[in-house]
Amino acid sequence: MAARAQLVGEELAGAAGRTTSPRRARGARTTRHLPLAPALIMLFLFFLGPVLWSVYSSFTNAALTGDGAQNPQWVGLENFRRLFSDPNVTNGIWLTVVFVLGSAVIGQNLLGLTIALLMRGRSRWLRGTVGGIVVSAWVLPEVVSALIWYAFLGQHGTLNQIMKAFGMSGQDWLYSSPMLAVIIANVWRGTAFSMLVYNAALDDVPADVQEAAELDGATGWRRLWNVILPLIRPSIVTNLMLITLQTLSVFTLIYVMTAGGPGFASSTLPVLMYQQAFKFSEVGYGTAISLLLLVIGAVFSFIYVRVLKPEA
Amino acid sequence: MAGMGIDTPRRRAAGLVCTGILVLIAAAFLAPLVWLVLSCFDSSAQTSVKLPEHPSVDNFRAVMTTDLAWRPLWNGLLLCGGSALITVVVATLAAYPLSRYQSRFRKPFLYTVLFATGLPITAIMVPVYGLFVRLQLIDSMPATAVFLATTSLPFAIWLIKGFIDNVPINLEEASWVDGATPMVALRHIVVPLIAPGMSVVLIFTFIQAWGNFFVPFILLQSPEKLPASVTVFTFFGQYGAVAYGQLAAYSVLYSMPVVVLYLIVSRAMGGAFRFAGAAKG
Repeated sequence: MAARAQLVGEELAGAAGRTTSPRRARGARTTRHLPLAPALIMLFLFFLGPVLWSVYSSFTNAALTGDGAQNPQWVGLENFRRLFSDPNVTNGIWLTVVFVLGSAVIGQNLLGLTIALLMRGRSRWLRGTVGGIVVSAWVLPEVVSALIWYAFLGQHGTLNQIMKAFGMSGQDWLYSSPMLAVIIANVWRGTAFSMLVYNAALDDVPADVQEAAELDGATGWRRLWNVILPLIRPSIVTNLMLITLQTLSVFTLIYVMTAGGPGFASSTLPVLMYQQAFKFSEVGYGTAISLLLLVIGAVFSFIYVRVLKPEA
Repeated sequence: MAGMGIDTPRRRAAGLVCTGILVLIAAAFLAPLVWLVLSCFDSSAQTSVKLPEHPSVDNFRAVMTTDLAWRPLWNGLLLCGGSALITVVVATLAAYPLSRYQSRFRKPFLYTVLFATGLPITAIMVPVYGLFVRLQLIDSMPATAVFLATTSLPFAIWLIKGFIDNVPINLEEASWVDGATPMVALRHIVVPLIAPGMSVVLIFTFIQAWGNFFVPFILLQSPEKLPASVTVFTFFGQYGAVAYGQLAAYSVLYSMPVVVLYLIVSRAMGGAFRFAGAAKG
């Protein structure tokens, strides 16, 4: 986070003050950069290649089996015409927005900030315990989190058990409100990250700044709004960008918990992309959806790089 | 904030409220984990939370067979260990010239790398599948390991370049004067100095890969090649709805390595490990 931003800063500032490398024979310019070759080859083959290929093949009717697999035909904008008139896709875009806003921007971000703020000045023991519990949810592999929540929210799961104890009637949450279920599971899984970011950011707020605000008689809320939040603004922006990018590509959690169902009720774009390409064997169409996801991710990633870039 | 200035009754009350809310939040986070821990020792576990009547390790015994647990865990070790090693070696090689030499391409390349760290890897899995089919690499563990390594390369290059930037260059200059090549300088001077950072990147990449379900799920097909991340899921599909206790035990077995590794790293690094979370995909 801050470390990354600092890296960029150093990169821009340090470039000027760096000593030159040894004088070498001509032609050394290329050999010097030879160690970059393995990384470049891997990134071109497995990263840039597939991206370019997805651009190309989303204009074809490529399929996993049958005629389209042997000799894909050029279909022009057909996939995209289908894409934007397909109710599943518009639904998928909408669900992805709901998922990102609900579980990342609101859920993880606000809960992480709240925990970090509440931890200020608590005893070491309490901070360690609460922090440890929240982080352990984050450390578990994604498949395991999904299975835990599948059990937790099921018809006879723990949540209904708790609700029954309070005299409320339970329901099969994964069936009745699949989006709410995956959003809550993802908040549980990801909040630790925001909490760690905000803990680090709040540690950097000088104590005397807070003291001063206190002497001015600013009450807690106003102090938070007028003093503390403006001071940690860079961390807030970076954190929001990062969790947005992460949440945008969540597949496993949703796939294991609901498989995108019931029907398409929780088919966010990554799940829809998988269903089209592998369940319905329409690689061309699935690729068009993945291109859409890639473009959305690229826009956010671009903003993120711009935000990190100091005004040079 | 509490602990500073004068301690008033009002402040004490506010402190108690904060503590109360924190305890509630922690309890909410703990609840799903409680089910996992209790169920893995309960051979008649269901999806509801209950204390095991006869706590036993029967569930673990049931899943600790070669086919169910050991081979997938071993596959995961090969796949993730291999990909983490490739990542660290390739990223270190790439980071060195980026840190030490000026060139026109350096800054654009670095920004491209940073940009790539943000791209949703999920989105390229369909075209990658197509690529693997075409290159006949589907169901190949080495190819899957190299692909996994590629996905964590941008972030690893970024981190390791930062570590190398912090190594003063004059040590290398002295060795250059003695006629050492940059690669020799990298190996004998820079690498020993950034070894702690490299091992963090190594462990971190391993943790990432260990938790990755989608990549092996798409690129590997033979049951005997699948890592634990996928076999836990297939176990759930086959027996999960009945053998919840075994599913919980299997999940605990599969989670253990990353939990232990995380503890080691966070102990060793203190708080410095926190930014590494940025790459969690």
